[in-house]
Order: sequence, then C-alpha cells, then structure tokens
Amino acid sequence: MRRRAVPFAAILAAAALVGLLVYGVAQRSDNRTLDQAVAKGSAPVAPDRSLPVLDGSGQRTLASFRGKPVVLNFWASWCTPCRQEAPLLEKAQQRLRAHGGTVVGITYRDTTGDAQAFVRKFGLTYPSLRDVDGKLAESYGTRALPETFVIDRDGHIRAISRGVVSQRFLNSALREVGV
Amino acid sequence: MTRRLVAALLAALALGAAPAAALAAAPRASLTDIEDEVMCVVCNVPLNVAESPQADRERVLIKQLIAQGKTKQQVKQALVAQYGDAVLATPHGSGFDWAAWAIPAALIAAVLAALAIVVPRWRRREEQPQAAAAPAAPALDAADARRLDEDLARYEP
Repeated sequence: MRRRAVPFAAILAAAALVGLLVYGVAQRSDNRTLDQAVAKGSAPVAPDRSLPVLDGSGQRTLASFRGKPVVLNFWASWCTPCRQEAPLLEKAQQRLRAHGGTVVGITYRDTTGDAQAFVRKFGLTYPSLRDVDGKLAESYGTRALPETFVIDRDGHIRAISRGVVSQRFLNSALREVGV
Repeated sequence: MTRRLVAALLAALALGAAPAAALAAAPRASLTDIEDEVMCVVCNVPLNVAESPQADRERVLIKQLIAQGKTKQQVKQALVAQYGDAVLATPHGSGFDWAAWAIPAALIAAVLAALAIVVPRWRRREEQPQAAAAPAAPALDAADARRLDEDLARYEP
C-alpha cells in the first residue's frame, strides 16, 4: 500500500502541474468573446470600470456616457500606429459631437505626462481615461494597441477594430450607431 | 567634570548616529538597483535588458524620481501608479501569479517530506549490512578446536 502511495502522489503532482500549465496558457491566450458575439450579430454589453480621467478631473465610467454613442479607443503614447490613427479619431470626434456622442480614449500602460503630451501634440479634444492596472483592457481582450470598440447609446458593442482604425471602418460603425 | 565630558561626547555621538541610521534604513536609490526589479511594460522583459524607446522613457522617469530624492520603494510605487502592477518584475500574488510563489514552496515541502521518509530508510539499510557482516563467531567444540590448532601448526614455519 505504501509502495503505491509514492508513485500515486508523483502522478498526482505531475497532473496538477500540467493542469496549472494549461490554466496559465488559457488565461494568457487572446480573449475573443466580444468579437465572436459581435460577429454573430448579438451586441454584447460593453465592460465597464471606474477609471481616473487623464486630465486629473476625478473618475469616470463608461456608464456616465450612457445615452450617447461612444467610440472607445485603447491607446498609448509609445504606440506608433496610435499616432497614425489619432487624426482620424479626432475627425470622428467632431462628427460624434454633432450627434451628442464622443470618442473616449483609454490609455494603456502609459505615464500621465507622456499621455498628456500625446493629447497636446495631436490636438485631441475627446476625454481619455487611465486604465492603470489594465483590467478594463483585459475585459475587452486588448493585448496589443491600438484597438477600437464602437458602443451604441444603450452601452452595447456594435463594432470592433483590432489594429489601426480606418476611415472606412469608422464610417460603417458610426452609421450603425446612428451617427 | 569628566562625567559631564563623557556625557556630552555620548550625546554628540548619538546625534551623529541618528541621521546615519536613517540613511542606512533608506539607502539612496540607484537606476541599476531598480532596473532589474521592474519590467519594460511594452517589451515584457526586465528593464535592465530591454532596449526600446519605451524602456528608455521608463529609465528617464526612474532617474527623475531618484533625483527627487525618492527611495527605491517609493520609485517602485510611483511606477506602479503609472503603469500598474505589470511594471513589477516579481509576481504580485494575484491571479495566476500566485503559482510563481506556491509551486516552489510546494516543491520544497515535497522534497523535505520525501527526505523525511527516505533518509531513515537509507540509514536502516546501511545499518543492516554492517550487522550482517559481523555476526557473532560460533563457539568451537573441543574436537574442532584441536583440529584447528593442528592445521595451523602444520602451516607455521
């Protein structure tokens, strides 16, 4: 009985390690739940968290924009493609503003100073929030920048762009949310 | 008079020792000391081996914080406030990161448990052959003893 216990414990430990490895890989793999839901035509509820506003004016949630179409854009000052799309997003902001909507930037792994310098450099007029711990990005399956989510007035995601946003994508997505 | 002098000297020493102790408690931070404990948040490698514009920006920020007189711990806290826990090179114990602490601890416990079982067995095994190798010599009866003496005498020069 005792002789069997040792190999049994070793097998159990090895199985536990393999299980842990699988769990770790699964946790770190891309989460595309939102993309699949949008592709199927169902509009998933946009994940939300209370985040500090980049300009230091307190905290905000996405829920505080409820009733407005929102273009949620994850960006960082160190992200080269983000520079490319910044003028397009500012143009979209002008269009959204006319319809009561807004672009909301979410900075990802960036310092306040660098992010504010980016905003000044590109003349961005839309608000940005700081996702310091990266939890909001995680809930959107965001691991690389830039990524953009178009949210309707009821807080449901209607379109997703993983990568640099194009004018074509913005035109189509904004039409979908009535802009 | 001598007592007063000694007391004054001791007081002066104590006053001098206080700032020194404070300095020892919070040594001045240095970039090289911090670099290997934080990550380049974009390249996902420790900052001391990272070579990217973002890594350079992090180094500049660390230098600025050090220049402000911040301690190593304060610099790390400031980095976490900017970049989140992802900037720390050591796992912070939440989510899957707990495994980085739990697995080595479990392995050490398993090795210690195995040693506690195996070492006494080894000892017992080592003791058994020694006991077998040195059995008590059986006593010879008178006839055998005489025969042995005769045989030995035949070989003696």
